[in-house]
This record gives sequence, structure tokens and C-alpha cells, in this order.
Amino acid sequence: MSGLNPQFRFDTLVVGAANRLAATAARAVAEAPGTVYNPLFIYARPGLGKTHLLMAMGHAAAAIDPRLAVEYVTADAFLESFATAVAGGQGEAHRRRFSDVGLLLLDDVQFLSQRREAQAELIRLIDGLQAAARQIVLASDRPPAEIEGLDERLIRRFAGGLVIDILAPDYETRVAILRRRAEERGVAFGPGVLEAAASADSDSVRELIGSLNRLIAFQAASDAPLDPMQARLLLGSPEPAGIEAQDSVPPAEWSPPGPASAALPPEAAPRDEFADFLSEVSATVSQQVESWRARVAEAVLRWEGEGYRTARLERLLSEEVVADPHAVLDGYAEDVARLRAIGAELAEGAPALAGSAELFDPDNVAAAEALLERARHGVNPPPAPSPHWRLESFLEGASNRIAVRAAQSVAAEGPGRYNPFVIVGASGVGKTHLLHGLGNALAARGGVVACLGAHEFVDELIDAIDREATAAWRARYRAVDAFLLDDVHVVAGKDRTQDELFLLFNLLLESGRQMAFTSAVPLADMQGIEPRLLTRLEGGLVVELPAPDRALRQAAIERLLAARLDGVDPELAAYIAARPADSMRSALGLVQRVLNAAEVQQVHPTAALAREVLEGPVTRGPRRAASRVSGVLAPTAGGIRSREKMVWEWPDAAARLIEEWR
Amino acid sequence: MSLVNFTAREITCKIVYYGPGRSGKTTNLQYVFGRVPETRRGRMVSLATHGDRTLFFDFLPIELGSISGFTTRFQLYTVPGQSYYNATRKLVLQGADGVVFVADSQARRFDDNIESLQNLQENLLEQGVDVRQMPIVFQYNKQDLPRDLVLARADLDEALNFRGVESFAADALHGSGVFETLKGISELVLRKLAVGGPAA
Repeated sequence: MSGLNPQFRFDTLVVGAANRLAATAARAVAEAPGTVYNPLFIYARPGLGKTHLLMAMGHAAAAIDPRLAVEYVTADAFLESFATAVAGGQGEAHRRRFSDVGLLLLDDVQFLSQRREAQAELIRLIDGLQAAARQIVLASDRPPAEIEGLDERLIRRFAGGLVIDILAPDYETRVAILRRRAEERGVAFGPGVLEAAASADSDSVRELIGSLNRLIAFQAASDAPLDPMQARLLLGSPEPAGIEAQDSVPPAEWSPPGPASAALPPEAAPRDEFADFLSEVSATVSQQVESWRARVAEAVLRWEGEGYRTARLERLLSEEVVADPHAVLDGYAEDVARLRAIGAELAEGAPALAGSAELFDPDNVAAAEALLERARHGVNPPPAPSPHWRLESFLEGASNRIAVRAAQSVAAEGPGRYNPFVIVGASGVGKTHLLHGLGNALAARGGVVACLGAHEFVDELIDAIDREATAAWRARYRAVDAFLLDDVHVVAGKDRTQDELFLLFNLLLESGRQMAFTSAVPLADMQGIEPRLLTRLEGGLVVELPAPDRALRQAAIERLLAARLDGVDPELAAYIAARPADSMRSALGLVQRVLNAAEVQQVHPTAALAREVLEGPVTRGPRRAASRVSGVLAPTAGGIRSREKMVWEWPDAAARLIEEWR
Repeated sequence: MSLVNFTAREITCKIVYYGPGRSGKTTNLQYVFGRVPETRRGRMVSLATHGDRTLFFDFLPIELGSISGFTTRFQLYTVPGQSYYNATRKLVLQGADGVVFVADSQARRFDDNIESLQNLQENLLEQGVDVRQMPIVFQYNKQDLPRDLVLARADLDEALNFRGVESFAADALHGSGVFETLKGISELVLRKLAVGGPAA
């Protein structure tokens, strides 16, 4: 149920001869929508209660069947939404919106005059609703035939239901309306005052309420209650027949200036100009000062119609004195604006949460903020850098000094230094360690750091596409403070991933957030990567992480041995470090093999054992020669320097399996 | 000056009667003073010379009582019309919520009216007030004089009232048009309550 003024109900409607027929028909329709008088067309001059009747039907129908969808809409709002929908190519969605309504209340139909497109849409809508036994009620300030440029088909459809009018209220109804409204406002008048007001010529109920407002304002500003004569004077009502001559006021005439006589009370003066002035000022002040209530009521209707909780504004309406209603309205509007902004971000990042109740309660914006915060980070945070790889534990040597120092610099200074930071190097040289180490260092500075491999990145995107959740997936990375991607060369040939990465790259760069990448392929040699992405990667700092030199290998081997054994055998470390290895991973693999062999043989690892494990017993020489006879020629160290990767160099199958597993 | 104070529940309207010397500004206030019950009005302060010319300004406070819970008061001021009292006019004009321009309808005072209106606009401009935003009404006084001495309301409208605001023919000496003018300016000033919201 949307857009219904809570005050406009059947129990607040004063029924008289002028509107009895319309009210009866309206009740019948509200009690059984779609079964009688469909469509129901009500017309009357402005201010006679059409809107009240329409909304009363909405309230009554919803009270009888709470599941019934009731929609109140004015024709100009209908036109606007239709035009917006058509402009946005959403005409069908607009049609669907109304086709599910059980009771459609369309007010101010005269605004459809000369709007052929909208009229055609309304014809379709009426046909659709009638076919589905749903009710449509229309209201206009004139009968259908007098609405200029109204489609003949619409007129016929209206005539097929019930067209009914409301006349101006008669005297008794006017008195009843005034009494009820005065009672609602908590104002009591002397006998005959409201009857005097009702005797004034009044074309509409709104004018009547305006007269009542004048009376209330005047009485509030007067020292004594109003009497009927004052009411008549105030409102220009005709005097009732047979009134006593002494009760009437003499015709107005100008008096000479001079102080008001104390002997003559104001109402007895020939013409009390000050009283007139006071009356007018009172009416204006009352109208203007109390206009905030109207504004608040309008705001309640508006926001309630959009689904927001309006308890704060409703409290305002119930208060007698409000310090600054404008500030409350402004504050409410600001809170709604914030909720909308949060809703927009959620719609982008976590569509499942976009309809949450928290987004519609301006009195609890904090809950919506918390929801957004959870959506940003808590529910599904992006992969973080591995805690095992620290920048401090990354060994620095002559061969990798540039890369390590650059990473330290990025970690210390953030995105202002090198953005993006790209590490290029062969497999196993420590790119991943350096990247995760950098990620941990950045995370220590605060903020969310996403650090993952490109394989994982691609898989996540495919999964998100599969689940139709790309917006959420995208938002997750767009919210991070630093983005580190391992093995970026993997995205080669994956166009969609590259598109996403390109957009993410630009967004993060523009907002000054750090990015770092690793690649096993030099950027210049990369194939299948779009130039726009490649040039952006080249736009930061690209450092090469070369194969570790012997000193670096030895340091790493000594550290591993120290961690695994009680003491480090320098001869063992030196021997293994001297073995050819094109990566740190392979060098440490040699250590692992020696340690495994020592464990199997239950001896302490020594250089001799290492030599035996890595080079094999001397007696194996002929076997190696024999294998060459088979026609397989082992390349020289210049071709493949990792001799341990030649299967015939492996002492046993178990060691080979372990290496593969590792 | 605060037009409406929601916290203190007060509405205060400062209305300034402006116009050339001897156009009838003080007479307007005197007539109003005479019609306001004693309980509703304060003392009318009038600093006049021996020749009954306003030397400084006239001030008439009117208490309208509580309207819709707001204590409402009007403060009516006049400015000295003579051209050499411009400093005083500026002072009185400060914080005005509305202006009644009292023009002398006599044909021989036509230029004085124009000069005074220009002076009003200059003074408002100097105070950073947008003339178009200031509520103003015109009163063409002395319409009781013989027809051949005064300009018709339409002629005065054409000469002075180029903004097309409300104008009133008046005979302030006998009261005709005085309260109508006051009602007119009050309506304009009070309408700004809703349009402008609470004034600072």
C-alpha cells in the first residue's frame, strides 16, 4: 500500500446528500475489489473530497485483505513514470509494475488530456486489470466526456463501469464537517459559531477548512471566545434571516483619527480596523506557522511511499510545540540521502543486501553503515597475503638488491613511491615471497590488502560470472587499500579478466592505492596481453628478480639448515650452494633431498652424504654412460643447469616423488 | 533581526515607512496608533521639530498577542524624509522585514517621490539587501486632494511601481487606506515565514 494519507479514511469522511452515492459505491468497491463497478470513475470540482474517497477505499480494501496490493498514483505521476520508463527502454517493466496491483487508484485523470501515448497505456492497463479481475478507480475534476482530447475508447471503458459525481456539500454536511474537524483539532467554539461559518458561500470543503482555520486563529488570538456575529464578520457570511437589529454591526464608515475609546469595546466600534487587521494577521500567521505541519505531513507521505520509516516525522506531528521543524525535516532528508548512497553502494557491491530493512530506517543510519561495512570487508574479504612470507625474512644479496630495496621502499612509503610495482623473474626466484612480504608490510600500515595469484583471480571471476555476482566480486576488490597479483602473465589470452583488471587498475591508480604484480615473463615478451594493460604495468616500476647468486644461495641454505638442525655444517652449506641451481627453490630442494636421505639413513647430514646423494656413488658412472647409449643425450650445464632435474641423477624414486610433491 | 524565532516562539516584524518628506508617513503611524487598543500598543516614540517634521524617526510597537503559540509583535518605523537625513534613514532601514513606500500623490511632488525611491534602493543595496527580495508595497497618499492637483493611482503605478507590487490609494489624515496598506505589507512579510523558513 503506497502513497495513502493516513487521515483519509472512511471513518473521517463526512457523508451527506452530496456524496452519499459516491461513498456507497466506493465502499462497495473497497469491500470487493474487481467485482462491482470496474472501473469506478468519480468526478467532482476541486476540494470536494475525491482524493479522500480514493484513499479511503485504499485503506478499507487493505484492511479487509492485507495481501491486496493497493497503489495510489496521480495521473501526472503516472505520466512521469511512464515517460521515464519509455525513455529508459523500460516500458514493459512499467507495465508489469501496475499489472500486479490489486486496487489501482488513479487521481487527477484530467491531466491525461491530450496525452495520447499515456492514454493508450492506460487503456492497456485497464484491459489487463479487468481481465485479471483487479480493480481500477479513477478520479477527475470533470466527467470523462469533458476531458479534452480523451480517447474515445477510454470514455467507453469508463462508461462500462460506473461514473459518479460528488456535489458541493449542503449546509448540514458543512456543519458536520466543521464540527468534526474542530474536534480533531481540539478546539471548542461557542454555540452557533460553526453554523455561522457553514452558512458562508463555500464551493469546496477545502475552503470550508480554510474558514475553520481562520476561526481557530482568531479565537487563539482573542481574549474571549468568538461569538456567531464575529464569525460571520470574519468570514463574510450572510446574516441569518430574522436576526435582531441590535446584533448587527453598522455599515463601515471612516472615523476620525484618535485614540481608541476605552468605553467602546472593539467589537462594538463602528468599524474595528485593528480587529480586522489582527484577524488577517492571525490567519496568515496561523497558516504560515502551521504550514510546517503540512510540510511534515507531505514529507511523511512522500518518504512512506518510498518505503522509509517515518516514525521521527510522525512524532513531530504529534507534538504541540516544535523548536525547529525545518531542521528536523532537513536532518531527516539528509539521513535518507545517506541511506540511498549506502543502498547504491550495496546494490553495486552486494546486491543481495540492497533490499535490507536497515536501508529504510533513517532513525538508525548506523545500522545501515554497519551493514555496508560488513558487506565491504566482513562477509567475504579478498584473499590476504600469506602470513608465512615476511619482507624482513627475504634474503638480500648482490643479485636481488635492487628488487628488495624497491619493495622495502614501497612498503615504507606506500603508493606515492612506485605504483604499480612489478617484479619480473623466472620461476622459483622468490617473486611470490617478495610479493606476499610486501603485502604483509602494507597490511601492517593498516587497511585491507588483497594478495592472490592470477589463477585464483581468474577462477573467482569465472565463478562470479557463473553466479551472476560479478558486481559483488568487483566491489570486493575495488574496496581494497592495496592490490597485489602474483603471476600476472597468466591472464594472457583471458580477455574478460584483462578487462576487469584494466578497470580495477584505473580505479585503484586514480584513488592512489598501491598495486604490485609479479610476472615470470618479461613484460616486453608477453603475448596475449592487451597493450592498454601492458603499458599501464610498464608505467610503474618494473624490477627484475634474477636467479640467486651463490652467496645468496649459501645464506638461504644455512638458514634452512639452522632451522632444521642443531648446528650448521659450513662445508655442507658451501657444497650445496656450489651446486648449480637456477632458482632458490631448486637450491633449497637440494637441501631437502640431503636432509631426507640423512633421515632415512639415520645419520647426521654432511657434505660427504650430500655429495653421495646429489652426485651418486662413483659406481654409478658406467650406468650413466650406459644410459647415454640409449640415445638420450644430456645437455650441458649451459642448457639445463639443474642436474638434479635429470631423472637418472636421482638416487631413488622416493626422492623424486617427494620433489614432485613439493 | 530575527523575523521568526521558533525556539522562543516569537515573531517580530519590523516595517519601515519610507518616502519623501511630508508625504504622510508619520500620519500613517498616528492613525494606526489611534486605532490600536491601549493594551496592545506601546508608547509611540516620535522625535519631531517645532514644525512637526520628523527629526529622527517614529517608532510604534504593536503587540498582537499569541498567534498559533507565537508571541507576535509588529514594530512600525518611519524615516525622516528630508534628503539630508540619509544616515538616519540607513540606520532605521537596517533589519527591516518590509517597507511601505509612502508617495505624495501631488503632481508637484513627483520628482521627490522618484528621488526618495532611488534613495531607498541605494540604501538597501548598500546594506546588501536584494531589492527584489524585500517585501514592499506602495501607498499613494493624499488622494483626497482635488483631482487636478494629484496624479491618479495608475499614473503613479507607472512611474514608481515598476515591479508591479501591491499599491494602495490613501488619505492617511482620515485613515482611508492606512490599515489596508498595513495589511498588505504584513501579508507579504508573513508569507516569507514559509518561503524562507526560519530567519537567522
